[in-house]
Amino acid sequence: MKQHIAFNVNGDPVEALCDADMTLLDVLRDELEMIGTKEGCSTGDCGACSVTVDGRLVCSCLMLAPEANGKDVTTIEGMAQGDKLHPLQQKFLEHAALQCGICTPGVLVAAKSLLERNPDPTETEVRYWLAGNLCRCTGYDKIVRAVMDAAAEMRGA
Amino acid sequence: MRYEAPETLDAAVQLLSSESGLKKILAGGTDLLVQMKTDLIHPDLVVDIKGISETRQITEENGGYRIGAAVTGAELEEHPKLSKDYPGVVEGANLIGSTQIQGRATMGGNLCNGSPAADSIPGLVAAGATVTVAGPKGKREMPVEDVMVGPRKLAIGADEFVVSFFLPARPAHASDAYERFIPRTEMDIAVVGAGVNLTLDDSGKITDARVALGAVAPTPLLVKEAAAAIIGTSLDDEALKKLDAAAQAACKPIDDKRGTIEYRTKVAGVLARRTAQTAYDRARNK
Repeated sequence: MKQHIAFNVNGDPVEALCDADMTLLDVLRDELEMIGTKEGCSTGDCGACSVTVDGRLVCSCLMLAPEANGKDVTTIEGMAQGDKLHPLQQKFLEHAALQCGICTPGVLVAAKSLLERNPDPTETEVRYWLAGNLCRCTGYDKIVRAVMDAAAEMRGA
Repeated sequence: MRYEAPETLDAAVQLLSSESGLKKILAGGTDLLVQMKTDLIHPDLVVDIKGISETRQITEENGGYRIGAAVTGAELEEHPKLSKDYPGVVEGANLIGSTQIQGRATMGGNLCNGSPAADSIPGLVAAGATVTVAGPKGKREMPVEDVMVGPRKLAIGADEFVVSFFLPARPAHASDAYERFIPRTEMDIAVVGAGVNLTLDDSGKITDARVALGAVAPTPLLVKEAAAAIIGTSLDDEALKKLDAAAQAACKPIDDKRGTIEYRTKVAGVLARRTAQTAYDRARNK
């Protein structure tokens, strides 16, 4: 039996019909065709599917779609404003903080969530916060530098 | 599969009682969804308990705390007072998984997932926490250490569920700690975990203690002999040595990829000592 769900994505109301055992990630990608959010491990280990739900960073692969009913979801698609990149996105380009790019949307969503809570994180805090976002290309160093640099720019430093 | 999100305990119990197939409780889903996706289980009914207010609140009660079974790790950490009174309980829960997992994972789920290595459980057992269980016959209370009876086996029926935890009031000079050993610095499953809860008198002598170990037996253990080894002492070297020996003697671990029986047993003694020292230092400063 299909279930009707309605929620907000990046501020816009959306509706979908889903099976009860579909995940939020399935609905975002397959029903709403928002494919910026990636599927990596499907078991909550890699963080590629990171989104926020009511302001809380979560793995969208570990949340049933019906749980999202009535919630506010933000995804990578909500990060740039039109053609204007978010400072984190701009710094990822400048620091070459990505190679294949599959982890990047999840890393960006997670990093944005960190900076909203803690605008001036230490390098250690950045590394712990992003421990659930796996990257097999960069070795993480450029990611961490890009986040630190974006944080400094956003503070106006 | 059917998904239901009842808003009252009675409605949840009714749903569970009337389903004859496989029924599962959904709190944070960080274990349940993995089991569903890896084809370990195919539930006929999933009951999401997060719509029930009792499962989602932290309230002060009789000088202690009532913590909903579906309160997340991130919410435990953000509570203004809980980490001061029960730092060990909160640090155990906060060791589970990544930031993303902390946004969803709950102590109720950690307990009812039934893993001997569950990181939040030794701290709760050491704290003397109880759980409130709701079922067709109403509510009942039980000590946390009585909930798991074996790996993935619970003393809770399929039509019952954990609603909340209760942490008792803190006397003066009392605190707790949880430490675990893993082969890396973040995001792994405990080789050994140790929770210690201590109450001291004004002179620093231990008047009450509870010591719990995780991942060294089929269930998390309350080790009364380890507590007895340090009660009446000021945690001097001799007491620590006896604590180490009692912790090791309680271990009945398995060999697996994370550690051998000998290794786990040895580490249990070391961790019990270190965790007791941390709890002691915290209690002295209160």
